[in-house]
Amino acid sequence: MTLNAILITGRTINQGATIENKTSLDYQEATALCELNSKDIGLLGIKPGSQISVKTDHGDVVVKLKENNGNPDGMAFIPMGPWANAVVDPDTKGCGMPGFKGIKARLEPTDKKVLSMKDLIARYK
Amino acid sequence: MELLIKNGAVVDPVNGNKGDKTDISIKDGKIVNKVSSKATVLDAGGRLVMAGGVDAHSHIAGAKVNVGRMMRPEDSRSGISPRTKITRPCTGYTVPNVYAMGYRYAQMGYTTVFEAAQAIMKARHTHEELEEIPIIDKGALTLFGSNWPTMDFVREKDMDKLAAYVAWGLLASRGFGVKCVNPGGGEMWGFGKNVTGLDDVVPSFDVTPREIIVSLMKVNEMLKLPHSVHLHCNNLGNPGNYKTTLASMELADQVKASKNRQVMHVTHLLFNSWGGTNWGDFESKSDEIANFLNNHDNVTGDMGQMIFGSATTMTADGPKQYANAKLLHAKWSNGDVECEDASGVVPIYYVKQISVHAIMWAIGLELALLTKDPYKMLLTTDHPNGGPFVNYSEVIALLMSNKKRQEEIKTVHEAVHAKNKLPGLDRELDFSEIAIMTRAGTAKVLGLLDTKGHLGVGADADISIYDIKPDQIDPSVEHAKIKSAFSSAAYTIKGGNIVVKDGQITATPLGRTYWVDAKVPQQHHDEMMKDIVKKFKNYYSIQLANYMVQDEYVTHPQVIKAGSVPVEVN
Amino acid sequence: MTVITDALCPFCGCLCDDLTIVVENNKITDIKNACKLGSAKIMGHHRIEAPMMRADKKSEFKEVSYEEAINEAAAILFKSKRPLLYGWASALCEVHKKGILLAEEVGAIIDNTATVCHAPSTLAVHEKGLPTATLGQIKNRSDVTVFWGSNPVHAHPRHMGRYSVFAKGFFQEKGRKGRKVIVVDVRKTETAAMADEFIQVQQGSDYLVISALRAILSGHADVVPESVGGVPKEQLAKLVDTLKAAKFGAVFFGMGLTQSISRYKNIDNAISLITELNAYTKYVITPMRGHYNVTGFGQVCSWETGFATAVDFARGAPYYNPGETAANDVLMRKETDAAMIIAGDAGAHFPADSVRQLARIPVIQIDPYWNPTTEVSNVVIPVAICGVEVAGTAYRMDGVSLQMRKMVEPTLPTDVEVLERITQRVRKLRGE
Repeated sequence: MTLNAILITGRTINQGATIENKTSLDYQEATALCELNSKDIGLLGIKPGSQISVKTDHGDVVVKLKENNGNPDGMAFIPMGPWANAVVDPDTKGCGMPGFKGIKARLEPTDKKVLSMKDLIARYK
Repeated sequence: MELLIKNGAVVDPVNGNKGDKTDISIKDGKIVNKVSSKATVLDAGGRLVMAGGVDAHSHIAGAKVNVGRMMRPEDSRSGISPRTKITRPCTGYTVPNVYAMGYRYAQMGYTTVFEAAQAIMKARHTHEELEEIPIIDKGALTLFGSNWPTMDFVREKDMDKLAAYVAWGLLASRGFGVKCVNPGGGEMWGFGKNVTGLDDVVPSFDVTPREIIVSLMKVNEMLKLPHSVHLHCNNLGNPGNYKTTLASMELADQVKASKNRQVMHVTHLLFNSWGGTNWGDFESKSDEIANFLNNHDNVTGDMGQMIFGSATTMTADGPKQYANAKLLHAKWSNGDVECEDASGVVPIYYVKQISVHAIMWAIGLELALLTKDPYKMLLTTDHPNGGPFVNYSEVIALLMSNKKRQEEIKTVHEAVHAKNKLPGLDRELDFSEIAIMTRAGTAKVLGLLDTKGHLGVGADADISIYDIKPDQIDPSVEHAKIKSAFSSAAYTIKGGNIVVKDGQITATPLGRTYWVDAKVPQQHHDEMMKDIVKKFKNYYSIQLANYMVQDEYVTHPQVIKAGSVPVEVN
Repeated sequence: MTVITDALCPFCGCLCDDLTIVVENNKITDIKNACKLGSAKIMGHHRIEAPMMRADKKSEFKEVSYEEAINEAAAILFKSKRPLLYGWASALCEVHKKGILLAEEVGAIIDNTATVCHAPSTLAVHEKGLPTATLGQIKNRSDVTVFWGSNPVHAHPRHMGRYSVFAKGFFQEKGRKGRKVIVVDVRKTETAAMADEFIQVQQGSDYLVISALRAILSGHADVVPESVGGVPKEQLAKLVDTLKAAKFGAVFFGMGLTQSISRYKNIDNAISLITELNAYTKYVITPMRGHYNVTGFGQVCSWETGFATAVDFARGAPYYNPGETAANDVLMRKETDAAMIIAGDAGAHFPADSVRQLARIPVIQIDPYWNPTTEVSNVVIPVAICGVEVAGTAYRMDGVSLQMRKMVEPTLPTDVEVLERITQRVRKLRGE
């Protein structure tokens, strides 16, 4: 089951508390995640903590699902960081700022593992 | 290091020299009686020699200036030059980068410049920028006119605590003097309001601008500060404001000078010499202002001359700046500083065909021409409010040549004929008077006449040589040559080092930062600090321990001692 | 044991200066008053202990001396035709000055982390100016606080306590009770949960909502549709009334405005709204800066080069054109042929395409910690931590500059030292 969502990325307290330690598991757990509200999670048919694949026109990434009922329907939130940036819009719209918020995304459950930070960046080399 | 300047036509009014060929001997950065035969000889070729220029009021460093840069990339782009072997890149016209600031003043023959206003809380920023301005000696005037401690002590009529606060505030900000901008207005602007005259009561503090001004003058003299209170009058920029200006200047009679200088310096009088009641009947009242100065020896002023073209208004007069932005439909930056003062930055373009601008332009010149004694009217443009300092040569040429003025008047709005006296003024200032308005007078007003503004023994070896032979030029007719010569010095010497040759930078030593260390009785200081500690505990957003400017930010200090207790002599 | 009081926190733009740090045997053993973010940073963790280099980004690093690493870094920059010097926001102003000088010397583009944060706000300031105030002004006077596209509970935890919501001041003796707190966001964040009013807008519609507010404020409610950005017109009209009724309103904004569609135009519109509100009552607007000294870079760069960031020195003089000269612009156009990344983590915070370009070119990293940028680096130079091991200047989000303390002695060279040595080496290579 694919969920179409609008993806935003941004700061969280746990992302900030681990930002100086990006090789740690804590950082991965804080940032390799995607928040959806319980209704959208229900549509996906999986439980929080499961892997989901997030695909946009710019890339794809596997992250863990997290519940956040502050999100409106159809809104996915991934904390800022390398997992989010695998799928954000690079277009700076002629002003220098890439598109970190408001990207059309397609979410699906997946068996693929969440890549470690090292393996994630290795994809670019 | 010895230098001998020979064959210069020296204009040094302080020492009575009006252009005679005089040798100037320099040793170890000072002017001395004579030097040895080993001295480097510089032949001035009969050209005009003056002390390095001294500017008492210019916005060259600090938060406001940087806001100006940030909001005006179009200004940064207009005036770009790449780095050279000796110089860093330069940018900007009304808001130059720090390197351009130093180089361009030096290129005009100026060697000492004072930043017109810094809030204590933002003084660290001012000094970070001053540290990066090359060549010139510098300092900054510290804002006190709307500070909460000022108003509290004024209300309590406690001059001892106020003096202690001013002394401590100068230390905290490494400031040179007491700046007072639209007193009381900075606090009013905290809720979007303003004072409208000297007797408005500032709510919650129960003081009036009148009381603030007089109190600050009193403590300024109690502390025997080198400079007097430096006042930006209330009602700046409002038609009819000349009355407020006169009433403010009259307050000077209430205080006796502690030194051989004025007790009140009123700045950028161009903006405060307005008659009329609105933009329609707006007219010049420069004659009233000049008349007052002609009849009083305890007040001095500076022009704040307007230069047509691009300018950036920046001032602690926050409410005025909001009004400006609204009037001009211009972009507007505002910067309230908690517990202290306000500020605003608004770009402006002065246009010859706009009657108000033409009248303002003429007012500035009238102030200089109608004030008899040039020691009482310094040459400034309130850079960059009236215009960028690189245009001082334009002002000099206008003051020295009625012919040039008449030619200019033909090109500006005809309102100057009805609203100004300028068209009928034929006075032409001579080189001595210009030297006073740009060097000797400024040094005297600032209380620095021992080492600045003159070429006698003991003065700092800050010297400018211009490519004019004073005995062979008629400034009235050859005003273009006057302007060109004063734009670009043949030589600028700073502390005995040649820093400019033929308008090009040849060396970039770092100048010194002047600040005043004033002492008060320990008991007064301790009592005053109790109030300060309370303010930091309850109202400031930073800790007292982190407030004061630290030594690291002033690497080349020139400390002037002052105070109401005797200075210890080692 | 040493107790350092009134210490400054080197994490976010709040630049809290009331920390107490306990140091024993040159190690920090206790921190008081810092939030979770600051505490984590100050406590630190295992560091990169020595410089390392590798020719191939896929192979292991080899440990080298500082001299070797510095020489290699200088050689890379010297040979480069289009170098990029990026990061800066986690370093002190003293470091920024060295960086700008180096950029001049090698004809580089210098850009800082604001490029993915508040650089659009600077673009808006070019258009409209910035009517703002120091944070204490808000503490003392504000009775309406608005967070727009900003989530301080997560990103600036002590902001509301110290400055904007709970803080008590001279005119605002009631603190929280004396303030109306309004949060505008696309989802109900924890900040929104504590607001008096939460206005949920459709993602990407902030510009429309601000325009609607301005229309209502200027007496043109008639042109506003019944719903804008998912917000009923009635709610917008009530919001305008609330805003107008303030004695002192303070608006804080964040990435919700800078990163969404319309980018800097969102902030341009917001600043215009604030300016227009000033016709009725006092309003100020402040960007919620993310790093403790990102503001400092903008200040230093402005007074040294005339421009706040994204400055291109290829011509020998500063050239500024975000959209052309910002870090992601040059990386994605594949122009950058060498990069030095210092006190910032492009590997983690840039879009994939930019990181791909970094992976193609020689990259020098100057940082205390191993992070995604390390993964794409060739030369890694570990340094002392600014604000913890090195004292110096930082600028708070409201432009107030403060001096950071040294809490413990550094065991590694400082950023300033490393940059000076690289610059000297570049000069030597040039034959000076």
